[in-house]
Amino acid sequence: MSKHRVTATVNGDAVEFLCETGETLLEALRDELQLTGTKEGCGTGDCGACSVMLDGRLVCSCLVLGVEAQGKTIETVEGMAKGDELHPLQRKFLEHAALQCGICTPGMLISARALLERNPDPTEEEVRYWLAGNLCRCTGYHKIVEAVLDAAREMRGA
Amino acid sequence: MTVKYQEKPLKIVGTRPLRPDGVDKVTGRARYAADYNLPGQLIGKVLRSPHAHARIKSIDTSKAAALPGVKALVTRDDFADMPVEYAASGELTINFRDVTRNMMAREKVFYDGHPVAAVAATSASIAREALKLIKVEYEVLPHVIDVLEAMKPDAPLLHEHQFTDGVTPKPDKPSNVAKRMVFALGSLEEGFKQADLVIEREFNTKPVHQGYIEPQACVASYTEDGQVELWTGTQGHFVFRAQLAKVLQMDVSKIRVTATELGGGFGGKNNIYNEPLAIALSRKSHRPVKMVMTREEVFRATGPTSGANVKIKMGCTRDGRITAADAELNFQAGAFAGSSVGMASMCTFTRYDLDNVRVVGNDVTVNRPKVAAYRAPGAPIAVFGVESVIDEMARKLGIDPIDFRLKNAAKEGTQTYYGPTLGPIGFVETLNRAKAHPNYRLPLGPDQGRGIATGFWFNIGKETSSTVHVNEDGTVTLIIGIVDVAGGTRATMAMMVAEEFGIDYDKVRPVVGDTSALGFNFITAGSRGTFAGGMAAVLAARDAMEKLCRRVARIRDVPPEAVAWKDGRAQPAEGSGTQFKPMSLEEIAREAGRTGGTISGHSEINAEGAGPGFGTHIADVEVDRETGSIKILRYTIVQDVGKAIHPAYVEGQFEGGAVQGIGWALNEEYVYGADGVLQNPGFLDYRVPVASDVPFIDSVIVEVPNPNHPYGVRGCGEVPIIAPMAAISNAVENAIGVRLREQPMSPPRVLKAIEAAALATTQD
Repeated sequence: MSKHRVTATVNGDAVEFLCETGETLLEALRDELQLTGTKEGCGTGDCGACSVMLDGRLVCSCLVLGVEAQGKTIETVEGMAKGDELHPLQRKFLEHAALQCGICTPGMLISARALLERNPDPTEEEVRYWLAGNLCRCTGYHKIVEAVLDAAREMRGA
Repeated sequence: MTVKYQEKPLKIVGTRPLRPDGVDKVTGRARYAADYNLPGQLIGKVLRSPHAHARIKSIDTSKAAALPGVKALVTRDDFADMPVEYAASGELTINFRDVTRNMMAREKVFYDGHPVAAVAATSASIAREALKLIKVEYEVLPHVIDVLEAMKPDAPLLHEHQFTDGVTPKPDKPSNVAKRMVFALGSLEEGFKQADLVIEREFNTKPVHQGYIEPQACVASYTEDGQVELWTGTQGHFVFRAQLAKVLQMDVSKIRVTATELGGGFGGKNNIYNEPLAIALSRKSHRPVKMVMTREEVFRATGPTSGANVKIKMGCTRDGRITAADAELNFQAGAFAGSSVGMASMCTFTRYDLDNVRVVGNDVTVNRPKVAAYRAPGAPIAVFGVESVIDEMARKLGIDPIDFRLKNAAKEGTQTYYGPTLGPIGFVETLNRAKAHPNYRLPLGPDQGRGIATGFWFNIGKETSSTVHVNEDGTVTLIIGIVDVAGGTRATMAMMVAEEFGIDYDKVRPVVGDTSALGFNFITAGSRGTFAGGMAAVLAARDAMEKLCRRVARIRDVPPEAVAWKDGRAQPAEGSGTQFKPMSLEEIAREAGRTGGTISGHSEINAEGAGPGFGTHIADVEVDRETGSIKILRYTIVQDVGKAIHPAYVEGQFEGGAVQGIGWALNEEYVYGADGVLQNPGFLDYRVPVASDVPFIDSVIVEVPNPNHPYGVRGCGEVPIIAPMAAISNAVENAIGVRLREQPMSPPRVLKAIEAAALATTQD
């Protein structure tokens, strides 16, 4: 089976990988680029564990083909922290105990960051509806919503 | 063994430090089973039955084996048959004759999704291609999905060798009822005679899946000298090792299992599925094999909890004292016997102090995947029926639902109908705290209602071991054998160990050891993690502290009994009359090598004395009469946890458990077609709660210490899922005067119930 050569930018680095025609961006990230921080929970776009940013758009990477990433910019959880400094959302997730098993956490963080970039001052309801595409089975969402609201407060400097 | 509770001033226990696994989880570093890769690894895939029930006439793998890139294939012929032999696996009992048939079908397939063959190839796409080339000839048999249908004498029979256990005389015909059990106390006849009010109702619930977001995954490597290394997502790597040794007929010592970071389990990762197949494929191919389930496979072939039919009959006096309680629980076991009906039977009425009780439980095989444990296995199902009937009684008698429960509440000294007499428990405290909670008095609007329900779970102890290494710099490495199933047991055990030593929390690094690091540890189940694991960790720390004191006695040349550990230092024991310069952990550690060698503490225990947990829930709902949808306005949990080592993680258990219960009550169900094929094996059609479905959960932690744990801990993880179905159903009745006895209370069912009630009123 012949493979396609794809070049893209991932978390600021130029990358190059080979993938099969039917391979998803999620598989390419995890299997070709060894960026296993992005998780697969369903493979059908229903759980949000594989959320990444593709040219600034929040997508389920299991619903994007690897070849579609050609020439595009991808951001994953591995690029959220800057050196020693965690992103405020990462820090607030820790402080609020907003994660248990952690399998949904990378997708939640990427999704929550996309929300705050668009709406720096969301209401509780806006957070809940924005994160409705990210399933979590451990936390009941309580502490996740608290963490996102608290991170938003801090990032606004409020 | 037990360790006596001692009240003492606490510095770390009861605070909220960050979890040691946290940074890895927010940065994407944490390694789950699917994140592991070995050099040269193959990808394994499973061929599954498309039929609910069929005899396997033949399996031809020759075409698949000839496909370039295919390196190994396994079918039933590659695994030994097993005799009937029982073992504990989590909260349920397994039978190896069934385990080997569930991991790979032998004579028959028993459910849509039952494994029939497995293949390992150089890529996933080749492995998938190979599955299409395997020819299986089936003789399709009639199937049965519904539990009551399966109990009928003329129902399609799953197991020709299965005669109902627990019935005398022994039946002469095989049956889908694998086992009938009866628990009884006093006389029902007498009890019902004393009753002024008798209510008898029937309830039905659907199977629901644990719904962990991480599908099952594993990587196995089998070497030429017969050694196995396995990385897998499990709730109990030692128990997996034992089961694998059995079904693969290997020595336990030749299998080393690493429990990877676990992406949720809730009881669903207590059982082996792909692991024996991956090992067998690795043995045949001489290459490591990685297997990851798809979400569809998780739904079709891993254990949901039972769907059930429940009949409850209860009597009480005019002033609200329950005089008799009778229950029949009919539980789907799935394809093989062994549902949670036994535990459900013991939980049915145990929140109450009753004289006359009978619970009959039936464990029934049906053509569905074999059920697995799910958080307080079975209890929510039985409790839904009982708490609904109690609600109806209280309403009929005009008694406040909490007062009604207080009149009957179990307390220290209550004789349970399943055996033990209860020790110190906090049930009454939870009822009183719920009654006093501001949420219990908030006004309700039109079509809004409030419901109360309660839950009880035993909690367990069992085999547990732990090691504490005092490192050269005086920091501590804590090795635990209990898998941290995400509740935060690594953090809570490190906190208890730090408290014992009198050192900072961040000086203790907890690590879950692989199966070569410690002796056997039972699976993380029964809310035993912080209870039993904590007890073992504390004892390992105390063992180390004793050795530290002896070492200091030698260094300072004083009698051993003159040295005591206090505030992080070895000091002169009170009343010993000896004086010497105290030594800190760091000072002793630095000199350890020269003064007798490294100091480590160990403990290997069978933890006993788990404290039962009780909770009271208040649900406020609003019902949309037009769409039938139920909105949860508020949800309050009041629960006795003995002692909250890390209160935020206890709240996390309350919040997560409640929301799983809300999903069970409102949305989740397995839907089968007439052909016996699962129609909703994905998160789009099997709808677990999302963030916008639920409100914040109000948690009230009650602490009535467990006398048998050094810090008073009771398990806390399972009780929160027990009451939601009943509490929400009671709230719906309170809101619109319609009682739902079928779960889930999805919009179509609610609408139907509203219409039926309206029709009944018109006919009156």
